[in-house]
Amino acid sequence: MSIIRLKFVSLKQSRWYEHVIRFVLGGLATMFAGGIAVLAGPSWGGLFLAFPAIFCASSTLIEKHERTRKESKRLRGTRRGQEAAALDAFGAALGSAGIVAFALTVWFGRYLPPVIVLGLAMVAWSIVAVMAWHCGRHWPRELRRGISPGS
Amino acid sequence: MEFVIRFLAGGIVVSAFALLGDLLRPKSFAGLFSAAPSVALVTLGLAFQNQGIDYVVAEARAMVLGGIALAIYGVVVCHLLMRKRWSAGAASSTALLVWFGVGAGLLMTFGA
Repeated sequence: MSIIRLKFVSLKQSRWYEHVIRFVLGGLATMFAGGIAVLAGPSWGGLFLAFPAIFCASSTLIEKHERTRKESKRLRGTRRGQEAAALDAFGAALGSAGIVAFALTVWFGRYLPPVIVLGLAMVAWSIVAVMAWHCGRHWPRELRRGISPGS
Repeated sequence: MEFVIRFLAGGIVVSAFALLGDLLRPKSFAGLFSAAPSVALVTLGLAFQNQGIDYVVAEARAMVLGGIALAIYGVVVCHLLMRKRWSAGAASSTALLVWFGVGAGLLMTFGA
């Protein structure tokens, strides 16, 4: 059973410019989603609310951090970096169930006040995403091979 | 002005979720935060205020389809990394085409 935990030491691996990149990409993705909605209507704009906005940057950083960490211990870094990024991608695939739950809550909660709707949608996202992770985390056997538990 | 607010709020919320993802282990659990509704939270919050409920509902309906496309995107990235041994940058950016293809296909089919 994997135990969910916080690993503060991972913050030391991050450089200040990596946080800036994420901030800028996040801001641009939010502007982009709004721009699409203005140009092409709310349906196309809505589609881009589930755009994997910062996934490319995050995934590349995860791969880089893992590779650097392993290579500093004279281990094969390239493959380990790919495996770490693949685990993140698999988590994102499971987490997409939470995105759907978030959207359905907003859709069907239309008669509630906006703050309540968005609050409930976040609760729905967290519950469904964690449940999806709990049910699906044993699927990718090949991902677990060669990766230490809870790495 | 609205786009400046959008940029700042989006940047802050996305960074917060990304930071949480950095801190959490195991990595597959942290991956849930790569699919967090950070952009949606800001965009829908502003849409509630500026455009009204019908606009928000139209966006939410389409977001359901985007979420399905995101699931396929995650699986494709995983496949490219593990089977094809692509780098994370190449896999995650190439698979964006899959995300858009699936999302646009679903949107045109179901007309959300």
